[in-house]
Amino acid sequence: MTDLTNLTVAGIRDGHRAGEFTAVEVAEAFNANVANAKALNAFIVETPELALAAARQADADRAAGTLKPLSGVPLGMKDLFATKGVQTTAASKILEGFVPPYESSVSQKLWDAGAGMLGKLNLDQFAMGSSNETSAFGNVISPWRRTGSDTALAPGGSSGGSSAAIAARLCPAATGTDTGGSIRQPAAFTGISGIKPTYGRCSRWGIVAFASSLDQAGPMAQDVRDCAILLENMAGFDAKDGTSLDLPVPNWEAALSGDLKGKKVGIPKEYRIEGIDAEVDAMWEAGVAMLKDAGAEVVSISLPHTKYALGAYYIIAPAEASSNLARYDGVRYGLRDLPEGAGLQDMYAATRAAGFGPEVKRRIMIGTYVLSAGFYDAYYTQAQKVRTLISQDFMKAFEQCDVILTPTAPSAAFGLGEKNTDPLEMYLNDVFSVPASLAGLPAMSVPAAITKEGLPLGLHIIGKPFDEQGVLNAGLAIEQRAGFTAKPAKWW
Amino acid sequence: MLAALYLPQRQDKMAIDQATVKKIASLSRIAISDDEATAMEGELNNILNWVEQLSEVDVTGVEPMTAVIPNVLRLRDDVVNADPLIGGNRRDDILANAPAAQHGFFGVPKVIE
Repeated sequence: MTDLTNLTVAGIRDGHRAGEFTAVEVAEAFNANVANAKALNAFIVETPELALAAARQADADRAAGTLKPLSGVPLGMKDLFATKGVQTTAASKILEGFVPPYESSVSQKLWDAGAGMLGKLNLDQFAMGSSNETSAFGNVISPWRRTGSDTALAPGGSSGGSSAAIAARLCPAATGTDTGGSIRQPAAFTGISGIKPTYGRCSRWGIVAFASSLDQAGPMAQDVRDCAILLENMAGFDAKDGTSLDLPVPNWEAALSGDLKGKKVGIPKEYRIEGIDAEVDAMWEAGVAMLKDAGAEVVSISLPHTKYALGAYYIIAPAEASSNLARYDGVRYGLRDLPEGAGLQDMYAATRAAGFGPEVKRRIMIGTYVLSAGFYDAYYTQAQKVRTLISQDFMKAFEQCDVILTPTAPSAAFGLGEKNTDPLEMYLNDVFSVPASLAGLPAMSVPAAITKEGLPLGLHIIGKPFDEQGVLNAGLAIEQRAGFTAKPAKWW
Repeated sequence: MLAALYLPQRQDKMAIDQATVKKIASLSRIAISDDEATAMEGELNNILNWVEQLSEVDVTGVEPMTAVIPNVLRLRDDVVNADPLIGGNRRDDILANAPAAQHGFFGVPKVIE
C-alpha cells in the first residue's frame, strides 16, 4: 500500500470515499508520524485519540452512506484556536493550562465537516513573530535544511508549527491565522501553499485575538486544491463575530481553473526593491512567464504607498494587541503571579511580567505608547490614514488588473537565531505580505522554486476583495507550471 | 540589502527615556526591572524612530480607516440566551479556568486596605 501520509486532503477524501483505505488507517499513519517527530517541536499538544475517534466516525459514516465533506481527513490545529476540552495556549505561559469550555467557530465547522484533530500546533507567542522563535514552548524546527548543512532553520511564523508539520507529513493540512503574513510567509519557507481569505470570510470567534482588524484564519496545505477544499469548510457567516461577512461561501474547489485567458496580472513596480535577493527576483520573473503561459496579460501597476505599509502595520497591530491582551490579568483564566502581600495592581503587573514573552511585552508597550494621550494622533491616527491610502492604492490598481503577483518573502528560510537580535530585522520579513493584510485582501503563497542551497521559495498572489477564486486560480496556474515537487529529506 | 533600504531612515533621536519606559510599563501593567527598562529603552526608540517615517506622508483630506471591508454592525434580538454558547447561565464554565474562583465568584487580592 502507498504511504497514506503522502496523500493530499483531496486524495484522502476521495480514497476513503472509494474504499481504498479506512479513515482509521489514515489517522494511525499520521499519529505515528506525529509521535516520531518530536525533534521538530511542531505540536504543543498531541491528540491522537481525537484523530482516531473522528476516523472511526468517518468509517461508520461511510458504511451508513452519510459521508461529510472532510470525512476521514485528520488536521493539525494552530494553538490559537480555542478547542473545547483541549489546552489552548497561543504559545504563551500566560495561558498555560487554559482549557476552553467552548470551541472556536472555525474549528467547529471543520469537525462538523467530518475532520479530526491530530493536535495543537506550535506558533509564535500570540502569533507575534516571523520565525517561531517567540513561543514559550520552544522553537519549531523546519524539516528543511540547506544542502549539506545541519543548521536548524526557521519554519516561518507565526504559523510555523502548521507549516513544519505539513512539510514533514505530520498532517495533510492545518489551520493557520494571518495578521501580517503569518500564513503566507511560513508556507513560502516550507514549500507548501496557504491562503488568507478576505477579511471577514472566516469567523474570528474563539481565535485568541492579536490585532482584530487584521486577524484572519485560513488553510495551509500541500497544494492549491486542498486550500480550496479547506477554505470552503472554514469560511461562512457567524453572528458571534461582529466583522463576519454575511455572504454565501462559493464552491471554490469546483470552480478551480488554471486557465487565465482574459485575466490581467499586475506587477507592482514598488515591490522591485533595490538589492532584492537574486534568486527571489528570478523566481518572480519566472512566475510572470508562467502566468503569461496560462493566458494572462501582464501589466505594470503602481502601489505608491507600499514603502509605508510596514510602519503603519507596526503601529496598528501593536495598538490593537495592547488593547486585546489587557484581558490577561491573572483573574479570569491562565497564570496568576501573586507576590507575598501584593495588592490587585501589583498582581496584574507581576502576572503579566511572568506570563508574557519579550516580543509580546515589546508590542504591548509600543501599542500602549502610540495610543497614549498626546501621541494618539501623531502615531495611531496617522497610521490609520496611511492605511486608507494603502487600501486606495490597491483599489486603483485593481481597475487595471485582476490579481497582483509578488514574491511572498524577501528571502528563503533563515537559520534560527540569525535574525532575532534586532526586532526590526525580523519585521522586514513581512514587507511583501503586510500591505494586503492592511487592505483586508485575499492573498496566497504557492511554492514556485528551489534555491541553490535547496530551500523553497514562494510566489504571492493578491486578489480583489471577495475574489478568493481569482487568487486560487492564479495559484493553480503557477502550481501547474512550477513543477515544484521537492520534499525535505527525513532527518528527524 | 532590505535593511539598507528601510532602516537608514531611522534617526538616532531618543523619543523616550527610561522614565517614560517605566511609565509605559506601568500603564501596560507589566512589572519591569531597571535592567529590562534599559534594554527596552533602546528597542522602543529604534522602533519608534523607524515608524516616524509615516509623518512624511501627506494625509490631507484622508479619513482614518475604521473598517477594512465595508460592513454594518448587526443587532441581535434582545433576549437572554439568544445563543447558547454566549448567552447566560454559564457561570461554572466561566469560572472553570479562574486561578482562584471562590463561592461562584472570581477571587482577587484585597483591593481596599
